[in-house]
Amino acid sequence: MEWETVIGLEIHTQLKTKSKIFSGAATAYGAEPNTQACAVDLALPGVLPVMNRDAARMAVKFGLAIGAKINQTSIFDRKNYFYPDLPKGYQISQLQLPIVGEGSITVDINGKKKTIGITRAHLEEDAGKSLHEDFHGMTGIDLNRAGTPLIEIVSEPDMRSAAEAVAYLRSIHSLVRYLGICDGNMQEGSFRCDANVSVRPKGQKEFGTRAELKNINSFRFVEKAIDIEVERQIDILESGGRVVQETRLYDSDKNQTRSMRSKEEANDYRYFPDPDLPEMVLEDSFIEAIRAELPELPDARFERFITEYGLSDYDAETLTASRELADYYEQAVAALPSQPKLIANWVNGELAAGLNRDNSSIAESPVTAAMLGELVARIDDNTISGKIAKDVFEAIWNGEGNADEIIEKRGLKQISDDSAIEPVIDEILASNPNQIEQYKGGNTKLLGFFVGQVMKATQGKANPKQVNDLLRKKLAD
Amino acid sequence: MHKKSLQELALGLANKDFSSVELTRHFHDRIAAHQDINAFITVDLEGSLQQAAEADTILGAGKALPLTGIPMAHKDIFCTDGLRTSCGSKMLDNFIAPYDATLIRKFRQAGSIMLGKTNMDEFAMGSSNETSYYGRVLNPWNKEHVPGGSSGGSAAAVAAQLAPAATGTDTGGSIRQPASFCGLTGLKPSYGRVSRYGMIAFASSLDQAGPMTRSAADAAILLQTMSGFDERDSTSVDIAVPDFSAGLENDLKGLKIGMPVEFFNDDLDPGIASITMDALREYEKLGAELVEISLPNSHLSVPCYYVLAPAEASSNLSRFDGARYGYRTPEYDDLLDMYKKTRAEGFGDEVKRRIMIGAYALSAGYYDAYYLKAQKIRRLISDDFTRAFVKCDVIAGPTAPETAFRFGDKTDDPVAMYLNDIYTISVNLAGLPGMSIPAGMDRDNLPVGLQLIGQYFDEARLLNVAHRYQQVTDWHTLSPL
Repeated sequence: MEWETVIGLEIHTQLKTKSKIFSGAATAYGAEPNTQACAVDLALPGVLPVMNRDAARMAVKFGLAIGAKINQTSIFDRKNYFYPDLPKGYQISQLQLPIVGEGSITVDINGKKKTIGITRAHLEEDAGKSLHEDFHGMTGIDLNRAGTPLIEIVSEPDMRSAAEAVAYLRSIHSLVRYLGICDGNMQEGSFRCDANVSVRPKGQKEFGTRAELKNINSFRFVEKAIDIEVERQIDILESGGRVVQETRLYDSDKNQTRSMRSKEEANDYRYFPDPDLPEMVLEDSFIEAIRAELPELPDARFERFITEYGLSDYDAETLTASRELADYYEQAVAALPSQPKLIANWVNGELAAGLNRDNSSIAESPVTAAMLGELVARIDDNTISGKIAKDVFEAIWNGEGNADEIIEKRGLKQISDDSAIEPVIDEILASNPNQIEQYKGGNTKLLGFFVGQVMKATQGKANPKQVNDLLRKKLAD
Repeated sequence: MHKKSLQELALGLANKDFSSVELTRHFHDRIAAHQDINAFITVDLEGSLQQAAEADTILGAGKALPLTGIPMAHKDIFCTDGLRTSCGSKMLDNFIAPYDATLIRKFRQAGSIMLGKTNMDEFAMGSSNETSYYGRVLNPWNKEHVPGGSSGGSAAAVAAQLAPAATGTDTGGSIRQPASFCGLTGLKPSYGRVSRYGMIAFASSLDQAGPMTRSAADAAILLQTMSGFDERDSTSVDIAVPDFSAGLENDLKGLKIGMPVEFFNDDLDPGIASITMDALREYEKLGAELVEISLPNSHLSVPCYYVLAPAEASSNLSRFDGARYGYRTPEYDDLLDMYKKTRAEGFGDEVKRRIMIGAYALSAGYYDAYYLKAQKIRRLISDDFTRAFVKCDVIAGPTAPETAFRFGDKTDDPVAMYLNDIYTISVNLAGLPGMSIPAGMDRDNLPVGLQLIGQYFDEARLLNVAHRYQQVTDWHTLSPL
């Protein structure tokens, strides 16, 4: 039987607000445990939550970016359960009426566009962290993260393979960073994802029974976890069994999923509207102000890079994968507007290779956009050849200065003066009579040999085009 | 000194008839002499004398505010920085808040002296003050009777003149019913008038703090200090706070007083009914006009309340889990065991009963039938008042169906206990201001309260209506001791 995979994702995105969603405590990551938890975060008796308007602003920004309905009145609900890293004994979330309603995002899957539906995105508070190591059989609680604002982005079950799920996840990841609402750091948990996975016989309309996969916090693990889970479910079904609705934990060391709790064991969260928070009402002006400051989104920028700079789909896609990279590219182009394609080659070539080699991000690149623009400009104006430029790029990378300084210091300026090139050509010709004989006898491939000799004699600095022209002329004489 | 009104005390302090330290000591002496009443959970002798000494300096410099140097008592539900806040529960017997509730901060800034924290039903759940971990409070009028609840300690303290005035909180009648039982003036402001920040939540959508005093004039002074928008409480309302004392003397000529037919039915004790009618006649003499009104859904208020309040409470009290503060069971096997034992041992029966009712009402499969339905009824009850206020300016009726009952009379019958709040609960459900003022004594010489209900944020009118009555009657001046 042929099986079809059905996947929906729930993505938890930490919002980059300065303070927490319902308190004034800071949200910065990595502080000493429990130093960023105020009375409200600790759920001391008597404290009350106050909504952070910035979190609402960021949620609306996301909603507008996915063309979603913004609910101008939304409601906060309490999700009740006991756990030590949940100080109030309930999480403030949005169940019935989330701030962001239905929207969608178009994802590129191996060159094909697919629209993935987004059911909703709601605001909620993050829990603290339970630390099970270093406490001699006890559990440590760090409430620094408690109350950090999140939006939970819930997709429709629109994805049909692990690769599609990853493509969607990457698109959302790129989008939230474009919008500047999340730092996207998966290692620190700023961007987390659960996957609902089921399989069904191809052609069947009804969904199969799903499992919810948790703890899959890298793009690679999402793909592996889904693949292994799909395999597990198909094995069960093909051997005549039934898939159980449950929550499963992905173990990346063993590359397997294991049952965490079944549907029967699931908590009854006793949701009800939080009486401490009135309905959140967003005025038209609030939403319009956010719309006005929306940045250009990845899709639009991709299209523009193709039309405005004449880039290939591949180049445009790579360059718009992150806002930082696209910004870098456009800053470099600003330094040399005549050569967008050449600059794209350099960004996707040498620069990408360098960053990859040093495992660093575009923000940390030792070669700034302006520096790269200047370097490419020296190729463009024939000061150096493309080959020499690679050496100069390395030197800039290593902090030896900008392009002009390095060209000057190392004497790499291209020789484009006929009167300087001609004596070298004459010398080469004079010392290679046999090769001249052969060339004139019809072996015109030897032109390359002569060019190589001249370039070698000038340490690569002679303008290759001029060398070619001059050699041809002299050999024809 | 203990017989003086707040205004008289302020005058006495200003004229140097007595100092704040002398005044504070005087009340501490009285508290010590009447320990049997058990009105206080925590008495802060040292702290209050220090505050009084500071107040005397300010008074000496002629920079006094209306409450500078005046002692008062606060219900032990308000968090007080550095002084234990127990909420009447074993769960918080060891809890010292690191911050002041907004209400406490306001009273400190106004210069008042905090004598101590008053006894109360555990987590404000009760109508007799019998559920306190710190033992029952005696009604100063008759020590075999309850003082009412949940603000029973505050009521007893003011009635026994152990404090000139006190704060209370009212979720379903917890200011008005004990005020009625102890012969006091008690006011529950409109929901949102007084900040709830730092007031330990019972039912967030119903809780409201208010004054418990011997007169409407005193209540106006306290309410003035308590009121106002607080950015730390999203449910507090950003609306102008009028001068509550300014209109006390306003003429009542032409005032329309609504009498809900549902409040004067056969369930009402005939003695209370006749005292209530006497009070209304008094108002007629003052120029008011009595109009019959109907609150047709009022019979649903008790069942509605006993779904909503426990539902909110079941969630509000989840934070008491033994993990961060308060009581933790000494021995446990694992996390779940710690939770279970801590909460089983830390909470009293009534609190546990309400947590269970509330959790049940919110649980999957029952939510629509209970919680959602109760919310709809709440709307109906609220609409009843809106319609009634088209015909009248204030509503008047009994505060409670009976006077202070004997200890133990209702402890085995929770529903009978709950029915004691039958006339007060609908006011909380609607979020309206309500007041109880002394209107007479029953044949056992126990006080009877008259309830006055006002329109949203119309506390000034309630105080005016109460004050004018207190000018022509002397029920509020009677003292049990």
